[in-house]
Amino acid sequence: MSAPQKAKAGAEKIAVTVSAVVPVTEYVTRFEFTRTDGADFPPFSGGAHTVVSMEDGDRTRLNPYSLMSDPTDLSHYAISVRREDTGRGGSAFMHSQVAPGDAMTITCPVNLFGLDWRAKKHIFFAGGIGITPFLAMIGQLEQTNGNWELHYAARTPESAAYADMLLAKFPTKVHVYYSGQGVRIPLESLLSGQPLGTHAYVCGPAGLIDLVHDTATGIGWPHSNVHSEEFLAPAPGAPFEVRLCKSDKTITVGEHESLLEAMEREGVDAPFLCRGGSCGQCETNVVSADGGFIHRDHWLDDDDRASGKKIMPCVSRFVGTTLELDR
Amino acid sequence: MTIQFNDETFRDDYSFHNSEWAIRRFPFPFHEDSYMYSMNAEQHRGGPDGSVYENRFDVDEHYVSEMQDRAKVLSEDPLRCQSLPHMTLAGWDLLELIMVSKSEDYPDLFELHRDGDQWRWVNKPLGIDDTFTFLDESTLPYGPMEYITRQSQGDFALLDQRDENLWMDAGMVTTQADWSLDFNIGMNFIEWHGPVPLANEMGIFKRALKFLLNIPQGSPGRRLNWTMTVNPLLDTSPENYHKWGIQKTTLTPENIGAKQHLRVELQTFYRLPRSNALAFPIRCYLCSFQDLMTMPKWGRRLHRVVRDLPVELATYKGFIDNRPLMIDYLSKFDDGLPTSPGIFPEPETEPPLKT
Repeated sequence: MSAPQKAKAGAEKIAVTVSAVVPVTEYVTRFEFTRTDGADFPPFSGGAHTVVSMEDGDRTRLNPYSLMSDPTDLSHYAISVRREDTGRGGSAFMHSQVAPGDAMTITCPVNLFGLDWRAKKHIFFAGGIGITPFLAMIGQLEQTNGNWELHYAARTPESAAYADMLLAKFPTKVHVYYSGQGVRIPLESLLSGQPLGTHAYVCGPAGLIDLVHDTATGIGWPHSNVHSEEFLAPAPGAPFEVRLCKSDKTITVGEHESLLEAMEREGVDAPFLCRGGSCGQCETNVVSADGGFIHRDHWLDDDDRASGKKIMPCVSRFVGTTLELDR
Repeated sequence: MTIQFNDETFRDDYSFHNSEWAIRRFPFPFHEDSYMYSMNAEQHRGGPDGSVYENRFDVDEHYVSEMQDRAKVLSEDPLRCQSLPHMTLAGWDLLELIMVSKSEDYPDLFELHRDGDQWRWVNKPLGIDDTFTFLDESTLPYGPMEYITRQSQGDFALLDQRDENLWMDAGMVTTQADWSLDFNIGMNFIEWHGPVPLANEMGIFKRALKFLLNIPQGSPGRRLNWTMTVNPLLDTSPENYHKWGIQKTTLTPENIGAKQHLRVELQTFYRLPRSNALAFPIRCYLCSFQDLMTMPKWGRRLHRVVRDLPVELATYKGFIDNRPLMIDYLSKFDDGLPTSPGIFPEPETEPPLKT
């Protein structure tokens, strides 16, 4: 076709101004953005995330966060960030460096955790900061008179971001459980009592996600009625060297950066959307490898992994002597 | 530019015709002298001035007549437009996308005035001036998808995205190349592509599905597809095959230049923001062989493509029986000179036919 315009990596970018920084709990802070050009934001669907660019010295950090603002109010977008003191530094940067008035760049929304619009009822299970996508989903369902309920697990009342607001606004639909008080979500009884056509959604720690899937499967729920989202942060690991054949470059992936980040640092335009092992956009072909892969994504299936011919550079690593990629 | 809308028909007396402007901007689908399937997608971000790529939803001289033809098809067969109950929100998404795009891209033809949920839509070519409440179906004469696609050239499929697949759960399909919405409704991407030869073995559908699942909001894509149609028929549906299939046997060496049309689909893909569904507009363009032959590059290339196409593809596209006739006709417009790369005709620089 004529003069093909090659897609740039990542979703479309939007220049924003930080309009508010609001502490929510000891660890969670909300960041609100307006568009620098003064226009409204694009509409979005509950469950969508945006990738926030952070200019941290000579390094650009790109972290995905669920949009938690009300999708019916497009005058601003909001995210809530939990400070991870042992993390890779993105959340610490947001908490310590970002102030109202700052200019930042975020991407257009991408939704890998959408509502199933066929559902007769939506039941949400949130753990900790996993509450954020549900805030936007609730906003969207309230607009259309959707049938929903929320079960929210947190450590203590003090750490349960937005629990008070939710309980005040939706006293009959929101249920909060504090593990510090020894109270757990009664998953089995909740999942057993749902009408046909109910869809369940879970966001939070891996343990909760697995538990919801396992419990639902155990009592006969169809797989396709249980939805989950877990963003993986890239895990540190031993540095390794990679040959990028198309770019004609040999690069070293550092201990605290991902393969995707190392490629970007070297100026290689590598595709991505979610940066969390879910969307599949960064899938890269392996030309040759002498060593083993540490696959951490949710994308490649067992056959792909067994073939040794694919890697997801956003979260997965390599241990061995030589690795050549088709990038 | 003000468009002069043709008064023409796509049935019975077939008064459809392309102006020189329309021929020149026809989306010729072959960028080289041969053809094989590929997921030849690129970003849909405008294109050369005046080309069919310039605007998000192209409006051309056939607009008004195409909408009249659509209304006729729907009155005879309402099942050409269907939307499963969970797709209403996607219909509103599509309505918003088209109204915003057309009012921005063709301000002399379309106006959208928004005051909160109160919207006023003015479509001058069709003489429509409606006020309605966004997201309130009771304020429109049809559902949102049907309302806006009765005013938009091309077919539209709305694909729900779930379980890592796409589901054809709504659509307006009256100008199709021999496929049926009523048959495909509710099917997933792999199911509705079942009949296509070769492509599955080539792994094309698996790759295409991954590509489409990842179309992000704000980054629409496009590709061209093509087939052949005898007479300028928009409605070449399986439902009406008994009416148009027989027409393929009426081709003669004398009438082929006027009767045989290259049918091109400009397919675009948009992620819809509220529903997270994928909109798949399929816009049909028709051009007769004799009009195509006014561009020397297209004459040379079309001959080579049709001559060398694998038998499976000529069969699937429905012109295997007429291929010898086509090659006889087209060969007169191929002097063996090389062609320049790309789809555009470039009449200023391409050498005229050597006779």
